[in-house]
Amino acid sequence: MTFVSQLVLALLEGTVSGFILALMSLGLSLVFGVMRIVNVAHGEFFMLGAVLAWWITTATGSFLAAVIVAPLAVMGMAIAIERVVLRPIRYSPGATIVATLGLLYLLQQMTLMLYGPEARAVTPPLGGTIELPWFGYARYKLVLAAVAAVLLLATWGLVRATTLGLRMRATQQDPEIAQAFGVPIHRVYRAAFALGAGLAAMAGVLVVPVQQAHYLMGLDGLLLSFMVVILGGLGSIGGTVIASFLVGWIDGIASIFFTPTVARIAASLVVALVLVVRGGGLFGES
Amino acid sequence: MPTPWRSILTLHLGILAALGLLQFVLPPFHLAMITRVLLFTTYAVGYNLLLGYGGLMSLGHAMFFAAGLYGAGLPVYYLGAGPGLAFLSGLMASLLLAALVGALSLRTTGVAFSIVTMMFGQVCYLVTISLNRITLGDQGLVLAGRLAPVRVGNWILPLNAPSVRYNLALLLLATVLLVTLWLVRSPFGRVLVALREHEERTRLLGYDPFPYRWLAMLVSGGISGAAGAAYALLFSYVGSAFAAVLYSILPLLWVLLGGAGTTLGPLIGVAFMTYAVEFASRVTSAYLVVVGLTLVLVAIGLPRGIAGGLRGRWWWLP
Repeated sequence: MTFVSQLVLALLEGTVSGFILALMSLGLSLVFGVMRIVNVAHGEFFMLGAVLAWWITTATGSFLAAVIVAPLAVMGMAIAIERVVLRPIRYSPGATIVATLGLLYLLQQMTLMLYGPEARAVTPPLGGTIELPWFGYARYKLVLAAVAAVLLLATWGLVRATTLGLRMRATQQDPEIAQAFGVPIHRVYRAAFALGAGLAAMAGVLVVPVQQAHYLMGLDGLLLSFMVVILGGLGSIGGTVIASFLVGWIDGIASIFFTPTVARIAASLVVALVLVVRGGGLFGES
Repeated sequence: MPTPWRSILTLHLGILAALGLLQFVLPPFHLAMITRVLLFTTYAVGYNLLLGYGGLMSLGHAMFFAAGLYGAGLPVYYLGAGPGLAFLSGLMASLLLAALVGALSLRTTGVAFSIVTMMFGQVCYLVTISLNRITLGDQGLVLAGRLAPVRVGNWILPLNAPSVRYNLALLLLATVLLVTLWLVRSPFGRVLVALREHEERTRLLGYDPFPYRWLAMLVSGGISGAAGAAYALLFSYVGSAFAAVLYSILPLLWVLLGGAGTTLGPLIGVAFMTYAVEFASRVTSAYLVVVGLTLVLVAIGLPRGIAGGLRGRWWWLP
């Protein structure tokens, strides 16, 4: 493989994983923006989406069924979690981190019990490759990118142009004043949490045909979406999407030159230093 | 009304004495378990200094434990260092790391501090993995057979003898406990607590938060590293599992479960969790479910009890 073709491949792969990352990080950013909590269990929704997608596809033979059912199932679970765990602790930031850390291990270990330690893949719903001048590229990955793009646009439209979106933005600006104006903020919280979980789950579903479903895949996803959200700025949909592609491309290009572990070390350091230099303003202190 | 100094000291010395006597009645299996509990309690005491008294929730403390672990284990494995020197080297490694990470991460507070420490913790974990040729990554290094016994005068204490392990772990815990007790009651400790309770007001009184928090981070990291170094020497094993996220989450759980800002608390938290995990691991391979369940229950069931320390204004986002 020549260097150019390697580079093109890295950029393509980076774009595809950028789309996945954008879906997932948008969910995290939305939940943080509206509810002002850091959901450490966000990666587990991603993992659950992937595992359910494998399970549904294997049981019914239809990947389309998984695309529809798995995110809805995870959203239902998120609504239950919001009611049983987050509301009793009143979304207090410190207690939420502790509780969602607990959920991280609960969901991960339950999956280990029910699904097992194996990594399993689903055959892509449409095979074949598209011939580029340098190499053939899997057609499914392009479809994946298109579906993710549509979902990102839909989320943007939801936040910008619907009553629910208006209420979310009002709650994000000032929950007390929003409530004084009759915004049912608990329902808004529930909707935001479910939507965030659903986006992560959808990312998980879409990724199963190209990457295997495994009970430990959530943590990596979580750390990557932390990076994206920190680099892109919270609450900004555009910033999140741009940062997702940046992280995707950097990860892709860095893995030409370094081992994945070294690339990940460098990325984690950069993100930590960005947070340090910006004095935590991103997480709302100032 | 603060509890008088003398009754606090009596309580702690009483607990340490009870732990000292415990070794004569414990069967061998539990002696080893409690030795582990003592080391992890030392780790928890170090963590508690930052969380309970400093109000700072680190999610990357495993890096300090691991710095102590590797700082002590690698010289033994590769250079044949003696136990005393290895322990000091582990302690120094964790102090250096804490000085550096503290200087950077303490520019943030609240949730951002948690995320920054989590990222640094992840960096350190990945470093132990990527230096595979030296550390053997997850597989780890076994120190057994390379470790000289400790010599005190004419006594020769082999580190693989259960009672030697137990008493050295207890000695470390006792030292650490008394030092932190003294520290949190010193003027330094009072400023630290004042900063936790009301940063603005403390600033107005003329205290700069940074040096106090940095020193707290240094001591906290150093104690965690000492626990790690002792773990490497007493259990003859060094592996990157101890640098992973789980070992950053566990001290948080131990301290919150037992009660932040108390001394007996971490001991109870560690003992409970160590046994819970041990028993769960006999039943299922998904034994960490116990950790998850306890974390959720602690967050829901003891919101104010734990939060007392956490609920200072920097735990609220604006």
